[in-house]
Amino acid sequence: MPTTAPNPLALVAELTHRCPLHCVYCSNPLELQSRANELSTETWSRVFKEASEAGALQADFTGGEPLARPDIVELVRNARGVGLYVSLITSGLPLDEGKLDLLIRAGLDHFQLSFQGAREETANEISGTKSHQHKLRVLEWIKRYRIGLTLNFVIHRRNIDELEDMLAIVYNSGPGSVEFASVQYYGWAFANRENLLPTRRQLDYCVARLNRAEDELRGKTRVVFVVPDYYAKYPKPCVGGWGRKLMLITPSGDALPCHAAPVIPGLKFENVKNRSLREIWEHSEAFERFRGEDWMQDPCRSCERRTRDFGGCRCQAMLLAADPAATDPVCSLAPKRPKIDAILAKTNESQHAGSAATPPTNLPAKPDWLYRPNPA
Amino acid sequence: MSLDLNSRPRFAAGCRMGENNNQRVLLMPERALRLNGPSLEIVSRCDGQHTVAQIVGELQLIYSKAEPRKVEQDILGYLVLLQKERALDFDP
Repeated sequence: MPTTAPNPLALVAELTHRCPLHCVYCSNPLELQSRANELSTETWSRVFKEASEAGALQADFTGGEPLARPDIVELVRNARGVGLYVSLITSGLPLDEGKLDLLIRAGLDHFQLSFQGAREETANEISGTKSHQHKLRVLEWIKRYRIGLTLNFVIHRRNIDELEDMLAIVYNSGPGSVEFASVQYYGWAFANRENLLPTRRQLDYCVARLNRAEDELRGKTRVVFVVPDYYAKYPKPCVGGWGRKLMLITPSGDALPCHAAPVIPGLKFENVKNRSLREIWEHSEAFERFRGEDWMQDPCRSCERRTRDFGGCRCQAMLLAADPAATDPVCSLAPKRPKIDAILAKTNESQHAGSAATPPTNLPAKPDWLYRPNPA
Repeated sequence: MSLDLNSRPRFAAGCRMGENNNQRVLLMPERALRLNGPSLEIVSRCDGQHTVAQIVGELQLIYSKAEPRKVEQDILGYLVLLQKERALDFDP
């Protein structure tokens, strides 16, 4: 029997798939949902209420670009109104000073601003949009308010060497926290993986530099580093364990245990238009499927780490081992780990690998990126 | 890190108290901290009004059976940890 479901702690609300950016590592599915299928203001507001009643503490507004929703201020107000802590995870692009003021008055708790690089040229290439200068302006506006601020630098092989410039933005703006989040290989990032995976030398330099930054910024800015898990010895405890902590709602209302879950064949997702959130959390097949430990295979089944990492990521097991119940192939104990090692070996071939100071040489100046489109 | 006993701890930007299922929590960006017993007593006094010394004094009264020196050390350690986690600022 699966263990009984504790409360969901966080509701991840993917308000829309629309986005002014077209990032080459976008975590949204390859098939995006159109505006016509998006949930209404009323349905979202009911979902927030049900989430709070089910025990959730936080609502993370994301997308796509959540600011693309014309009703974003109302959604913030309604989520905050039922007691949720509201975070906006945004590119900052469709934002002006007036809108920012309205969002904060509506009760927005926390603003997470993403950066695609530290230099305009790199950032614009990765996002397929002229966006970098505007983000720096948004940062100046936010600093006038007393609101939670996290900067999120999405890092990979082509911008990791700009780390010093990224840190300069952090030192100048003094956010409460900064995340250096390595691209994780799903969706568009999986498609563009060869051009994104950093070399081991790049990564080692990055780890050492961020350890120093952590000391320098202690008490001012919390520094979080998310490693590219292909380089890790053990897998990440993906989504804090399947059906244990968070629930993600897609723009059209499907309730997912993890945003990449649709890559797993045969999983049936319930929709919030037809079922209450608590019903879906406690009883839906998708949430039950990998809850607890009954589904585990060896080596997870008998591994003492299973209560900490829950066997890693089910979607990554699907993508790389073609079996969603397999041990996450990034785990050094996984039967499929040699596949990851082969990818790393190719990335780190000595004539290609470059160093922290010189970019890798086996990459074309302008790769053939697969950019995500904007849904209709 | 040393802590000025006359400073006044208050919640850092983006942090506030919350409650769900009769459980008090400190809400902060991406995280939440469950508050029970002593942690609730300490955090609810981080209002920018109480000094560190006052918080220590009041907690020593509440937990009068505990060794006062130990109570003080525990509180100082907890406050420094919360600052490092960016839940608290110390106003002069």
